[in-house]
Amino acid sequence: MIELIGVRKRFGQQVVLDGVDFVVSDGETVALLGPSGTGKSVLLKHIVGLIHQDSGVVRVDGREVSKLKREDLRQLRSTIGYVFQNGALFDSLSVFENIRLGITQEDQFRDLKYCHERVERCLKLVNLSPETALKYPAQLSGGMRKRVGISRAIAGTPKYLLYDEPTSGLDPVNADIIDDLVKSLAAELGVTSVMVTHDVRGSMRVADRLALLTNGRIVLQGTPAEFKQSTLPEVREFLERDFGAITFAA
Amino acid sequence: MTATALDFRRPVGRAVLGALAHVGRLSFMLYEMARALLEWRVWLPRTLTEAWSIGVGSLFIVLLVAGFAGAVTALQTGYQFTGGIPYYVAGSLVVESVILELGPVLTGLILAGRIGARYAAELGTMRVTEQIDALETLGRSPASHLVIPRVLAGIVMIPILTVFANVTGIVSGWLAVQQVLPVTDADFIYGARVFWRPFDAWYSIIKSFAFGVCITIVSCYFGFSTEQGAEGVGKSTTGAVVASSVMILLLDTILARLLLH
Repeated sequence: MIELIGVRKRFGQQVVLDGVDFVVSDGETVALLGPSGTGKSVLLKHIVGLIHQDSGVVRVDGREVSKLKREDLRQLRSTIGYVFQNGALFDSLSVFENIRLGITQEDQFRDLKYCHERVERCLKLVNLSPETALKYPAQLSGGMRKRVGISRAIAGTPKYLLYDEPTSGLDPVNADIIDDLVKSLAAELGVTSVMVTHDVRGSMRVADRLALLTNGRIVLQGTPAEFKQSTLPEVREFLERDFGAITFAA
Repeated sequence: MTATALDFRRPVGRAVLGALAHVGRLSFMLYEMARALLEWRVWLPRTLTEAWSIGVGSLFIVLLVAGFAGAVTALQTGYQFTGGIPYYVAGSLVVESVILELGPVLTGLILAGRIGARYAAELGTMRVTEQIDALETLGRSPASHLVIPRVLAGIVMIPILTVFANVTGIVSGWLAVQQVLPVTDADFIYGARVFWRPFDAWYSIIKSFAFGVCITIVSCYFGFSTEQGAEGVGKSTTGAVVASSVMILLLDTILARLLLH
């Protein structure tokens, strides 16, 4: 379970998170929505301990992230797969080496035979051919980079998957492929997923629950149906901006 | 009057806080490096690759500059010989100038531009494209994967390149001085040996080692501290080269005072 309670974070004079309460239960897929620059990615980085809050509590599996010692934090991170916005693939390494780095158990990481099998399996899970392993990130399209990023995140068989804008910058067809992938991975691997996005349509398809972050606070958490019915001005404004005149299908 | 005093105090305070923040972040990076030294399985192969890359990649420009520096030193020595000075002194001047100053300092400055800019740009780009964050989320140490290999490769290769530069500078000076003065090979060798002390070679190596530490750590630090996208990478790269170059000149002076007197 992931819990954020009263989390506040400011950078200089700018308050980014202003008392965020956010809980994700095991096995859930939650989409964290919000306009650009509202601190969605910052919130996600708190979960994996890349950023620490000024006040409040961030817990993963009951452990307070900001108080973990180095080795405990490393162990926690081995249970979390993080998919970065632009893949964050290592340019100088092949796709194989990139995904191999995601294998967090040292004995498995050193076992080259296991690594080859695992990389092939992870590529297959994201619908990429085994030959992709031989390529370098610069040789991949935007959609493929995102999928390789997902492969790397799942290579260590994580319990949690955190997606930072997995569909941003993609055309609708590729965005749908990634959304489907998020859904299928949650089902096949049984992982708990948190997806930061401003793509309302995609998140409605994928997530069990949605949360809207604006002005440093989560103004609504609920199922897609509850979101559609919400009369909160922030929610209406956000949904209408994304959908315009399109009506929601059931 | 009070307002002026306050206006003065504010930028000074900001500068002091900024400097302290740099010291803190640099100390933290060095601490992380010290801890990551235990992960030799990670950094050793990367260090060898990096050392090969910067050694071979920098050899041509280092030899070129050293060759011209040695030749120009010899030609200017010839210009200043107005009689009364034994010709063998030209050998002493060329060898001592190259070994004590030109070889290590020019190599250091060239590599501050070449390696320093490369390290800062590589790490800066990795920072702004979240590759360093990605390493951390994968439970891997950026220090052992990225910093230690670069620092060690630089520390090993910069003295080696300096030795090559010294030899090239002396040979080119030897050839050049014979074009402007009637110096025989025996004169040149005699002159070179008259004022030669074995410590001179050590001094050259010690200097280049110090420059290597300075260039690699400063440029890795600038790269690691990069913020704000492409503009930030540009600033880090420029900052790394300028800071490394200034530190080389400072170290050059400090080491001359400490080791030669």
